[in-house]
Amino acid sequence: MGCGFGKSEPQLTKSIRAALLIQRWYRQYVARLEMRRRCTWNIFQSIEYAGEQDQIKVCLCSFRKRFNEICRDTEWERYFCYKSVEVPDSYTGPHLTFPMTFCGVSKLVEAFKHKQQLHARYVLQLLGETWRLLRILTNINHVSTCPMKEITICGDLHGHLEDLLLIFYKNGLPSSEKPYVFNGDFVDRGKNSLEILLILFGFLLVYPNDVHLNRGNHEDHIVNLRYGFTKEVLGKYRVHGKKILKLLQKIFSWLPLATMIDHKVLIVHGGISDTTDLDTIAKVDRHKYVSALRPPNRNMQQCFAHILISLYIFVFTVTDSSTQIVDMLWSDPMPQNGCVPNEVRGGGCYWGPDVTEEVLGRHNLQLLIRSHECKQDGYEFCHNRRVLTIFSASNYYEVGSNRGAYIRMGPDLVPHFIQYQASRTSRELTLRQSVGWTERSALRALREQLFVHKSDLISAFQEFDPNNTGLISLRDWASATENVLKLGLPWRVLRSQLVNNTQYGMVNYQQWIRELSITEPKLEISDTSILETMYKNHSNLETIFRIIDTDHSGLISFEEFRQTWKLLCSHLKMEISDEAITNLAQSIDFNKDGSIDINEFMEAFRLVDLSAHT
Amino acid sequence: MAENKQSAEAIVSDVHKKIRAAFEAFDFESNNTVDAREISTIVYSLGCFPFQKDLHDFISQVEENHSGYVHLDKFLPAMTKVLMEHKFPPIPEDLLLQAFEVLDKEKKGYLEPEELTKYMTQEGEPFTQEEMDEMLTALADHEKNHIYYKDLISQLTIDPDM
Repeated sequence: MGCGFGKSEPQLTKSIRAALLIQRWYRQYVARLEMRRRCTWNIFQSIEYAGEQDQIKVCLCSFRKRFNEICRDTEWERYFCYKSVEVPDSYTGPHLTFPMTFCGVSKLVEAFKHKQQLHARYVLQLLGETWRLLRILTNINHVSTCPMKEITICGDLHGHLEDLLLIFYKNGLPSSEKPYVFNGDFVDRGKNSLEILLILFGFLLVYPNDVHLNRGNHEDHIVNLRYGFTKEVLGKYRVHGKKILKLLQKIFSWLPLATMIDHKVLIVHGGISDTTDLDTIAKVDRHKYVSALRPPNRNMQQCFAHILISLYIFVFTVTDSSTQIVDMLWSDPMPQNGCVPNEVRGGGCYWGPDVTEEVLGRHNLQLLIRSHECKQDGYEFCHNRRVLTIFSASNYYEVGSNRGAYIRMGPDLVPHFIQYQASRTSRELTLRQSVGWTERSALRALREQLFVHKSDLISAFQEFDPNNTGLISLRDWASATENVLKLGLPWRVLRSQLVNNTQYGMVNYQQWIRELSITEPKLEISDTSILETMYKNHSNLETIFRIIDTDHSGLISFEEFRQTWKLLCSHLKMEISDEAITNLAQSIDFNKDGSIDINEFMEAFRLVDLSAHT
Repeated sequence: MAENKQSAEAIVSDVHKKIRAAFEAFDFESNNTVDAREISTIVYSLGCFPFQKDLHDFISQVEENHSGYVHLDKFLPAMTKVLMEHKFPPIPEDLLLQAFEVLDKEKKGYLEPEELTKYMTQEGEPFTQEEMDEMLTALADHEKNHIYYKDLISQLTIDPDM
């Protein structure tokens, strides 16, 4: 009963002193783990956002020559028609009938739970129906609460089917008694993006007044090229994948931009800016914004002279709204007042509490709900509780990294949160193992970043080592590493996980760099700096490859490869000789047939992971 | 004499860097301020092993007027003093082992969860239920649910490996 506590020290019993000691020791241990977890989090976030920024830069440069397609609906409808697609007798997956029913969608959910795949015919049919429905929806969904019906609001899902299933399990399936709002980013990163879309669209078709979808920045075919959705679809549907992707491109552009509850609560994926005006947003032709990264191209005028005048007016009036749309899908809140471009992501802005007050005040709103940023506990308030972030993909960075959450809201418009964490294994892990697992992934990602910058790192270290001793102090090591990587990470705290041996506080940097290197490279390239640059940009390269590989065949010719490389170099402001590119192309063409298999090429640059996993 | 002074300055500067780095990890708004509730984590992570009451005293020393926030300007000198004076030194392994052995009255070589729970939640500076649950998850052996403290001590007192 703690009877010894409160008396002076010498009278404390042995047991109590022992207990005190153990408590003290354990609390320190937990705190150290918490510090590591925090740092791991910072690593993932900074790499993730730096990646997004890169993405936008690449796309803006490579699309100067491409034109937006003009949507001729009837022709497209013919192209997307499912009727010619036969379902063989051997097909064991679910069969859908249209119009969709609650029974049909539930069947679909069950089938996906059992890892079945929907036949391409039904995929095209379901998507076709969805496209037709979305075209009659307005830019802003309006929802009213009533005492019997609470609204459920979900954030980013990113292909994590197990999280969606967990939400349905805990909360119930969507229905007219159980309305849902899904706030964008349904796809990319996770491996069941398509299943999630099919389920959400299925419920949308059955309950169009009670299921509301908002477009996220990942509902964008350019972003999908890089973050995995395109790959997922092409992998699952080898014959009809391209058609499905094209149809999805149209569907994404027709997704509503926002949802409004009782004219008081605004739900958008990213956020707002100081120019946000809902009346403008409501009037815009949202489907013209096929990709937020490619606003309607002025060059269209040159090709279509007969609509020149109307286009001039169109482009003139919508350049402001195109920024507004990008802001709605890409922006993040910041603690300071003001509104500045979001340089980390490369699109949208950072907006402050003053902008929140102004925009909410102007539109007579009381709360802004958004997603777009992963949160440890699945949700987080900011700006005086006027902005709420909701994120529904648990274990987003790695198993154990974060919980997911969803919101329940009744007529009082007070949000209630339900948190969860999918995956059985994360619950069984001890605290230490869970942190360790996540940390291993973060550190692996970080080591890759360090590796690709190794020339720059060596130069930076040498500046601190004028006498060429091969050793520099920890302080200099941390300083140099931050100058090169610019990730804003606490390198000194991370040091023990990144640098194995230090002698008297000094780092043997040459040895350390050697330990970071790739072993067993699959390509023998004499000029290792090219290898490094290519690896550094391999995710960009892949994106560009896939853009150029317009028929999604997975093969590009030498000439296309050369053009790709030149494009990348102009983006990076690098010089590279034609000869070097030709040599490179020839060495990659393993089967010597004059074309390069993209998958083989990407495979060649995968870092071999030496560390053993438990 | 001059040499000593220089190395002392270098040591202090190093200590400052360490403190800043740990502080920054929780400075979410990048304005040199952290929530007072994170101070204990920061202090522990700098290698200190204070009692809870030491922590409470320290926090009230550095907190800004009961605002719930701590600014680096106050934290840095106070924490530097703590580190330079080795105010909350680490617990030697053998002392920790002795402590566990004291609680293991029957000298089994391990503790049952109920035994550990009784001491941790009722004696000394008691754990909350949440802290206790976490501790059991972390320390209890998977199969038998025993806490084999001898093995744990060597595993957990060094910086946990990946």
